[in-house]
Amino acid sequence: MKIAVCVKQVPDSWAEKKMVGGVLDRAGVDAVLNDLDEYAIEEALRIVEPLNEGKETPEHTITLISMGPDRASEAIRKGLSMGADSGILIADAALAGSDAIATSKVLSDVVAAGGFDLVFCGTESTDARMSVVPAMLAERLGWAQLTFAGSVKVDAANSAVEIARMTESGVETMSASFPCVVSVIEKINEPRYPSFKGIMAAKKKVIETKSLADVGISNSEVGATGAWSAVADAQARPPRDKGIKIEDSGDGGSKLAEYLAEKRLV
Amino acid sequence: MSDVILLADHDGGKVAKTVAELATFAKRGGTPVAVILCANGAADALGAQLAGTDVEKVVAVESDDFAQFGIPAMVDVLAQLVDSHKPAAVLVASSARGKEIAGRLAVRAGSGIITDAVDVAADFATTQSVFGGSFTVSSKVTHGIPVITIRPSAIEGASTSNTPVVEKVNLTISDKAKLVKITNVQPAVKGGRPELTEAKIVVSGGRGTNGDFTQVEAMADLLGAAVGASRAATDAGWYPHTHQVGQTGKTVSPQLYVACGISGAIQHRAGMQTSKTIVAINKDPEAPIFDLADFGVVGDLFAVLPQAREAIQAKRS
Ligand SMILES: Cc1cc2nc3c(=O)[nH]c(=O)nc-3n(C[C@H](O)[C@H](O)[C@H](O)COP(=O)(O)OP(=O)(O)OC[C@H]3O[C@@H](n4cnc5c(N)ncnc54)[C@H](O)[C@@H]3O)c2cc1C
Ligand SMILES: Nc1ncnc2c1ncn2[C@@H]1O[C@H](COP(=O)(O)O)[C@@H](O)[C@H]1O
Repeated sequence: MKIAVCVKQVPDSWAEKKMVGGVLDRAGVDAVLNDLDEYAIEEALRIVEPLNEGKETPEHTITLISMGPDRASEAIRKGLSMGADSGILIADAALAGSDAIATSKVLSDVVAAGGFDLVFCGTESTDARMSVVPAMLAERLGWAQLTFAGSVKVDAANSAVEIARMTESGVETMSASFPCVVSVIEKINEPRYPSFKGIMAAKKKVIETKSLADVGISNSEVGATGAWSAVADAQARPPRDKGIKIEDSGDGGSKLAEYLAEKRLV
Repeated sequence: MSDVILLADHDGGKVAKTVAELATFAKRGGTPVAVILCANGAADALGAQLAGTDVEKVVAVESDDFAQFGIPAMVDVLAQLVDSHKPAAVLVASSARGKEIAGRLAVRAGSGIITDAVDVAADFATTQSVFGGSFTVSSKVTHGIPVITIRPSAIEGASTSNTPVVEKVNLTISDKAKLVKITNVQPAVKGGRPELTEAKIVVSGGRGTNGDFTQVEAMADLLGAAVGASRAATDAGWYPHTHQVGQTGKTVSPQLYVACGISGAIQHRAGMQTSKTIVAINKDPEAPIFDLADFGVVGDLFAVLPQAREAIQAKRS
């Protein structure tokens, strides 16, 4: 079984994000592996590890795939230190400013060429927050879409996957045969911290870098020029007015009620 | 005037409140045509519920395949309708499912996509609130038929005297849309409280509740509010994940948001900081939630909430 995990490098979700000229200012913020993709890596590891137990060369492998700038290799490296086997980075100056349509095209072409059985994704990149790339991948690849998984069961011998899809509408049990696109929610597991051994081992693992030409996509299909939507304007939201803060000295509840009544909220 | 297709969300028996909202946006740019994808025999009853909204036409496709095969089957049909109607735009309500449908449809139709719009103009230029509401962005789809997902409660759906006729269309769902089988469905339990994204008031509890949501719920019920929760509270299993507010939960923008025992981490703020009025109750005077709060009480939620409730009840009687 060959599993791909799509991972994105994003600005640290703990940092305040700013926009400059309609695009996210990435310079001022630490770049990290998208938190939500860590759950996807962890889940893939939990699937292959028991199957590889005791084997000298792993029969079941995990390849991390990322599209992004050169330094996105750091995000891949973190995933490798968690235990994934190898990485593919699609980096090309022409990719800057790509929309989800283009991103899904690049990722799906790389996945299709790689002979994978399963692709894992997070449910959302914490910068773009569109939650569309996994569904777009399934559409482009013509693979089964098993998204928003709160649990995943893989039956490698029978090439079958069953998930519990957990969304606001409830829980759905759904199943499909390989190949599948799976996205996982952040309730599915607790991602491991890379161990020292893992970090050392990751240094020796291979990250293959591909250009757009290597993937076979033309520059005009990607980047800001190839994007099918455009930002016209971006404005910082005016700061909120400074509020009232009171210390509860036995009457905090009453004062709160008074405030709400004054504002006609109760 | 060209059609504007809007996907009418429903739970099998009831159409969602978002349909009227989408129709009001759609009307700005064309003739609102609601598409209902539902089980055999369900279309008339669902379509009838669109009377009195801005919806002018209803196109329904009935098939039991939707329940069995899910999103890909819905996209398969929706793409055929987009092909035949050549609408000026397709509007879908933002939800996990809505965004996935929109994403697949955009790829299939060769369209640009915008998600989580909070406003849509007649020319389908959109307004989005990004980075947890800290920036307001205007964008536009520049290629193909715009596919736009719109946040629930971004607008009040208009009341009209329309009684749209339900046109039933027979379409085939291709085999490639039948790769996934849905074998069991447990709908989210809907209590008596309003939906989080539709509620005018939201009362949320965090780790500070220590697992006891009775005070949070009692306040919510007094105010007719929805109950929200921080991720700390849903991760601990104190409240269902469907109630999580924030980056990986729901985005809410109510008239009043009451945060109880919530520190105000950036990922929580991302889901609530565009609320009109924010109230916080927290024991820690340094909690970042106070930076947003219009009214903050530094205190124990188990003392403040019951007292506030009593005082509100006293004011009302
Ligand atoms: C990728 C990612 C996505 C995330 N998505 C979300 C999300 O969608 N939603 C979300 O909420 N979080 C999210 N988080 C988690 C977020 O970072 C915080 O961990 C979380 O919001 C903390 O929840 P909390 O405020 O309830 O808990 P804490 O931060 O532990 O705060 C508890 C607060 O309660 C106060 N308190 C304790 N006892 C009382 C009392 N008796 N009365 C009054 N106050 C009391 C304390 O002073 C403290 O301020 C995400 C994190 C990551 C990395
Ligand atoms: N540039 C990228 N490189 C690799 N994976 C990505 C990229 N963008 C998005 N993804 C994957 O798609 C998921 C959803 O992202 P999004 O649709 O952007 O919210 C992420 O959690 C990743 O798994």
